[in-house]
Amino acid sequence: MSAARREPRHVGTYVVLSVLFLVLLFPVYYGIVGSFMGNADLNSFPPKLWPQHGLFPENYGNALRIIPLGHQYLNSVLQTAAIAGGQLLTSLFAAYAFVFLDLRWRGLWFGVFLATMMIPYESIIIPNYLLISELGLKDTIAGLALPFLATGFGTFLLRQAFMAFPTELRDAARVDGASNLRFLFSILLPLNRPSLAALGIWSALSAWNMYFWPLLVTEAPSHQTIQIGISQLQTADSGDPGMVLAGVVLALAPTLLLVIFGQRFIVRGLTAGAVK
Amino acid sequence: MGTEGTTARPRPLQSLLPYAYLLPALVVFAVFIFSPLVKSVILSVQGTDILGNPTGFVGFVNYTKLVTDSDFLKVLGVTAAFTVLTVVPSIVIGLALALLLQTRIRLVRFFRTGFALPFAFSVATASVVFQVLYNPASGVLNGILSLVGTGKVDWLTNPDLALWSVSAATVWMQLGYNLLVLSAGLGALPEEVIEAARLDGASGFRLQRSIVLPLLTPQLFFLVVTGTIHSLQSFGQIKILTVGGPENRTTTLVYSIYEQAFANNNSNYGYASAQAMVLLLIVLIVTALQFGVLERRVFYR
Repeated sequence: MSAARREPRHVGTYVVLSVLFLVLLFPVYYGIVGSFMGNADLNSFPPKLWPQHGLFPENYGNALRIIPLGHQYLNSVLQTAAIAGGQLLTSLFAAYAFVFLDLRWRGLWFGVFLATMMIPYESIIIPNYLLISELGLKDTIAGLALPFLATGFGTFLLRQAFMAFPTELRDAARVDGASNLRFLFSILLPLNRPSLAALGIWSALSAWNMYFWPLLVTEAPSHQTIQIGISQLQTADSGDPGMVLAGVVLALAPTLLLVIFGQRFIVRGLTAGAVK
Repeated sequence: MGTEGTTARPRPLQSLLPYAYLLPALVVFAVFIFSPLVKSVILSVQGTDILGNPTGFVGFVNYTKLVTDSDFLKVLGVTAAFTVLTVVPSIVIGLALALLLQTRIRLVRFFRTGFALPFAFSVATASVVFQVLYNPASGVLNGILSLVGTGKVDWLTNPDLALWSVSAATVWMQLGYNLLVLSAGLGALPEEVIEAARLDGASGFRLQRSIVLPLLTPQLFFLVVTGTIHSLQSFGQIKILTVGGPENRTTTLVYSIYEQAFANNNSNYGYASAQAMVLLLIVLIVTALQFGVLERRVFYR
């Protein structure tokens, strides 16, 4: 295994990786850099790939002026918090029952939870839309979040984690007279923080990025989420790509940070749910 | 597993307790998944008036309409083409990237984080960026083409091209996830097997093809199944980039459901629900395939 023989091959790897990197990450680059470019650069042909007439942070102000981005940001934050919080709680309790409680027909009930994962959301979206409309919950955070407060995937992920929990610890807690709730919140929960973080991040990512459902159940711009808002910036002013991209960057910033700094939790959720 | 050894007191409250823990999730499932499922089936055998109110039982009219509606048959064709055009390239490119990133070179962490970035994009953010890139008058893609002297291309409005353009954007959105799954799979490969193959003289392409790839089949199969289901469910990119056009060439199954039920106040809930049942059926078949082929080795998330 001489290092000298390996080097040339690595040069090739570097070249291929770098080319793929430039091509595949160009949309990321252009989305971010373009949001700081003026239309003199963006609308010229052939288009400029970097700012040549100075930076244009005004794009951000313009985006905020055209649609109620502030409101929409808040709506997205509230929807995401409600869904992630709700999924964590319902999954935590359900997974606890599956692993630690004397549940009759355990297999059957677990089958019910698994079945929820097999039904594509789009196939039941019409009755759900009609239900939320009838309840008068259109244009509310409740309407945005309610259908997503429980998840088979989350229950499954936490169940896997709890099953690896040492039974001696459970028995010790029981001998000490700890109630179920106490054991759950003061022993089990702190010791399973990574799994809870993984579930929380997955829930938050998918809630923040939702598109179809918020499109249906919100109408007034100030009640929409940021995802719907930015998709309508382009129709609002198609001649101003800098402003449109500024909206994109605002909507993207939280998830981009999550993917950069929370990648190990994302992978954890992925491997727990995906490949055993 | 569990609590067999503990004192089994036959108190009724004790036996109900586990259900209290399941209840919150079960209520959400009952109200927002199982009951809508039943309602979808009921809606699909009912007619709908122009205001969207059910007009009573019509039998299988909506279903027979599906089979005879040439527009719907076209929808199925578009859906199949879109699925193939997104699933295959996103797995092939994802696999190539994952294998390249296995090389022990410096900067590998940098590359790995970089290639995972598209994963952060939502369908809306990615679609809007691609909309800007595809812009025929000022988009970067046509700008690059102009350097080689080609004329401007209508990426999203040319009937022969639109589905390819939407698919390319979708492949891009799907790549980060595929890369993460395959990298995790590669990272978990038994080191001894690879080392043994290396000592036997296998290296480079041959090592990848005869040792690594077979060991990676569970992950690849998982990605084929989840990728197919994911593609079948695609909606946002079509709504944002092409609104199903031109000439319905990008109207996939889910977009068609949206169009029948919600676009232009159509409120054609009966017919849309019959289409939704077709979607459900296809997804269930794909899922069953997964459980049948790999039994318990792979789980659908």
